Amino acid sequence: MCEACPIIDWAEQLPTIRSFTPRKVAADMTNFIVWYDRYEHEHKPFVGGKNASLGEMMRAEMPVPPGFALTTDAYGVIWSDKQLVDRVNELLRGLDHDDFAHNLDVSQQIRHLIESEPVPDAVVDALGTAYEALSLHCGVDNLPVAVRSSATAEDLPDASFAGQQDTFLWVCGLPSVIENVRRCWSSLFTDRAIAYRHQMGYIHNAIAMSVAVQKMVDPIASGVAFTLNPTNGDRSQIAIDASWGLGEAVVSGEVTPDNFLVDKVLREVVKREISTKLVEYRLTDHGVVEKLPIEAERQNAPSVTDEDLIAVAMLARRAEKHYGCPQDVEWAVDRHLPAGENVVMLQSRPETVWSQKAAVPIAKHTGDPMASIVSTLVSPLHTRKEAQSS
Amino acid sequence: MTDKRFPNPFEIEGPEGVEGWRDLYPYSVTFSEERREYEENRFWFWDSMHWGTAMTPWDSHFFETAIATLSQMNSRHYRIPPADGIDFRVLYGYAYLSPVGVDPDKIEARVPQFMERAGHYFANWDELYESWLVKVKGSIADIEALDFSPLPEMEDMSIITEGVALGSGHRLMSDYNRFKDLIVQVWQYHFEFLNLGYAAYLDFFGFCKEAFPSIPDLGIAKMVAGVEVDLFRPNEELKILAKKAIDLGIARAFDDPNNVTLEGEAGAQWQAAWDDVADPWFNFTSGNGFYHFDEIWREHPEVPYAFIKDYIAKIEGGNDISRPIEAIRAERDRIVEEYRDLLATDEDREAFDGKLGLARVVFPYVENHNFYIEHWTMSVVWRKVRELGATLGKEGLLGADDDLLFLRLNEVDEVLWDYYTNWAVNAPSASKTHWAPTIERRREIHERLKGWQAPKALGEPPEVITEPFTIMLWGITTDSVATWLGSDDDVEGVITGMAASPGLVEGLARLVFSPADVGTIQDGEILVAPITAPSWAPVFPKIKACVTDIGGMMSHAAIVCREYSVPAVTGTGFATDKIKTGDRIRVDGSSGTVTILD
Repeated sequence: MCEACPIIDWAEQLPTIRSFTPRKVAADMTNFIVWYDRYEHEHKPFVGGKNASLGEMMRAEMPVPPGFALTTDAYGVIWSDKQLVDRVNELLRGLDHDDFAHNLDVSQQIRHLIESEPVPDAVVDALGTAYEALSLHCGVDNLPVAVRSSATAEDLPDASFAGQQDTFLWVCGLPSVIENVRRCWSSLFTDRAIAYRHQMGYIHNAIAMSVAVQKMVDPIASGVAFTLNPTNGDRSQIAIDASWGLGEAVVSGEVTPDNFLVDKVLREVVKREISTKLVEYRLTDHGVVEKLPIEAERQNAPSVTDEDLIAVAMLARRAEKHYGCPQDVEWAVDRHLPAGENVVMLQSRPETVWSQKAAVPIAKHTGDPMASIVSTLVSPLHTRKEAQSS
Repeated sequence: MTDKRFPNPFEIEGPEGVEGWRDLYPYSVTFSEERREYEENRFWFWDSMHWGTAMTPWDSHFFETAIATLSQMNSRHYRIPPADGIDFRVLYGYAYLSPVGVDPDKIEARVPQFMERAGHYFANWDELYESWLVKVKGSIADIEALDFSPLPEMEDMSIITEGVALGSGHRLMSDYNRFKDLIVQVWQYHFEFLNLGYAAYLDFFGFCKEAFPSIPDLGIAKMVAGVEVDLFRPNEELKILAKKAIDLGIARAFDDPNNVTLEGEAGAQWQAAWDDVADPWFNFTSGNGFYHFDEIWREHPEVPYAFIKDYIAKIEGGNDISRPIEAIRAERDRIVEEYRDLLATDEDREAFDGKLGLARVVFPYVENHNFYIEHWTMSVVWRKVRELGATLGKEGLLGADDDLLFLRLNEVDEVLWDYYTNWAVNAPSASKTHWAPTIERRREIHERLKGWQAPKALGEPPEVITEPFTIMLWGITTDSVATWLGSDDDVEGVITGMAASPGLVEGLARLVFSPADVGTIQDGEILVAPITAPSWAPVFPKIKACVTDIGGMMSHAAIVCREYSVPAVTGTGFATDKIKTGDRIRVDGSSGTVTILD
């Protein structure tokens, strides 16, 4: 039995979007949908970290694929079903946290319950209207979208554990979108997420789930970018990892990506290491994303052109300027967009290693330029050796 | 560093048949038994950047003067704490340098001296630079005014009526002595600001490298570089003249640069436009000003005519050849702003502003002195040397107009004495027959020396290179010396140097050893040369990349490469040994590597 886990009423514990002042709410916005290009900071508790980040990037006019957030209000509505609440509470109360097998079993039962719960008409209507509008905007019927979870776990130290982050790629058509929205919702109850919350003493409804629905990118190549040189912390450079296809291969570590250093200020590629890339995730002819072997002639070829690398670097630099600290950015080069507009941004997070070091001034002899010149003259070699060893 | 060493200057074998080569140079500048222990235990490098081929006695005189005046400013004027002079020698006609450091125990005592002396210059830079321009222009005018014309049959009546008494023979000897003085004078002006300018630049450079460990040298140079620089003015004037030729309808007159005929009213108008700017801007050499054979635009208009022809073709092809001053200025401001923005603290931003400010105050001098001294002054100096040579040839003192080049400066004193005394007596002079066999032999020696492959370095490799100007101007570092020695992990077909200008290109190599070959460069080729001179600027829009044997970040070549945004690798040591014309090579100006592909 678990005393920490009694959950009485999910819906009442959730913040509701109705607490907005009407002025802040865009005219066409339902309580369930927040379009990225209408995103405001006040929306953040209802759309989760991932969506908030995408919305903020779009408001900053960065090239983010268009999309919208399904708010936590939609998630909250399913918990108005008392029967569901009772059954989940019952399962959680009966859970022996030390028994991994039991934990997994309970998790699967809860997830099944959530995924079988009929989605209320109001949510289906809102989602359907938004999805149709997005398809129309992109000029494609049944627009392929990525459906991702976006948990409201911003205040927790390890958000990715607190709410399992699920991603479903190349989702086409409203029924499929709804199905994957439910899977995102239920991903709050993976065995790992339940165990984690238990360990940390969080009540289970401390976290709510919003869902990101975003136009699918079909990338030639994609990867990540750090807005500093991770080997020496030099903030005038950007380190870029890149590989063919969707970013999943780079993020999961299934390929050794090409590695580049780009000078932020001079806008030049200053270092390139091309690796042998054996697999990529991409769309197959039958409309699903699969992991596929890369043909021989592309294995050792650079996955990104210099021109696109500069575009990636400039984007990452914009994100860094916007957020005011070094960033860790996910990006992709879209196959279908015209050159010059084909680099898109999928994610931007604060870089954590170098940014946390206290800023120590390097200036010595401030106010005494002659003393500085003397010390430079006396040890010019020191200066040059340091520069070269980096 | 390996235990290898460079050839011993006392054991090295020179070219065949050059016995007596030492007679072309003062005894003080050749390696000698008297100083053997000192000389053979030092590190000497060939300054092929400035002196790429064997020198005549007059060429060598400018080498000696330049390095002595450089040294004097370090050691005696400003007391640069760690650096005295740079010692210099001539070996088989080639120029070798050896930096002289200050005893570590004595560096401290020089610091207050340096701070007081250099501090005065930094504090009063603009004012001192203004008066520098006046001094240099005055010296140039003084050299122009020297009278090396033949001695007259009869002195002018004014010498009688004004009671002057002093005759033309005295005038000639006196003006020759004045010539020698003015040469040393103007070279002291050359280095009056340069070493301090480099020091201020190096300070900003060091700060940037510490703030941004991976910042390319180019990024630093771009923040400091001037936008409107006198050194680029000659090239800009050519563009204006090209446009004028088109506007006047005489563009076709330049189709054959070696045979340009300017006719009619339009031709006269164009000629007037040329004359307006030729003095001073076309006192510009296709070399570096140090050699007697450097072709000066005013005297060899076919050189600038060929560039004008290229510019005409570009304009007619619809290209905009004007320098986008506003865009260059905006780009410079952007780069400064971005680096400044990326600094960690406000304290650093304050230091950055101060150092950049000083670097920008001193930099116009660093960029412009090259035009005023190497181009303008040296054009006038060489003209005077030729004038004197022609007088001595015409008057039968020497066999040919250019015989003078093969006499040491003190030997010329003797010729002038012979000329004067026998003009006074009205009797035959002895010089022509006396010097004929010597000059003939020296011409032969010089020809043979020119064919010699001088070693890059001599003597004991240094533990470390610390002399700041050796690093900055010649680009010689502890690492480059190790490369010259040949490290064991050398990769076949890969040559490394300084990343002078970023970009990655592949193309066919074109080797250019002298200004006369500049015309052989085809569109889209990669220029490979011992060094490039600023006056080659008009070829930079044609080439894909540039590779040089010698040159640091502040070498004249590097400044021009950056101006034209051509990828460049400088200071490779031996690119011209390893690459042949027609080789396909890859130049990575970002990492400083050149790869021979096939």
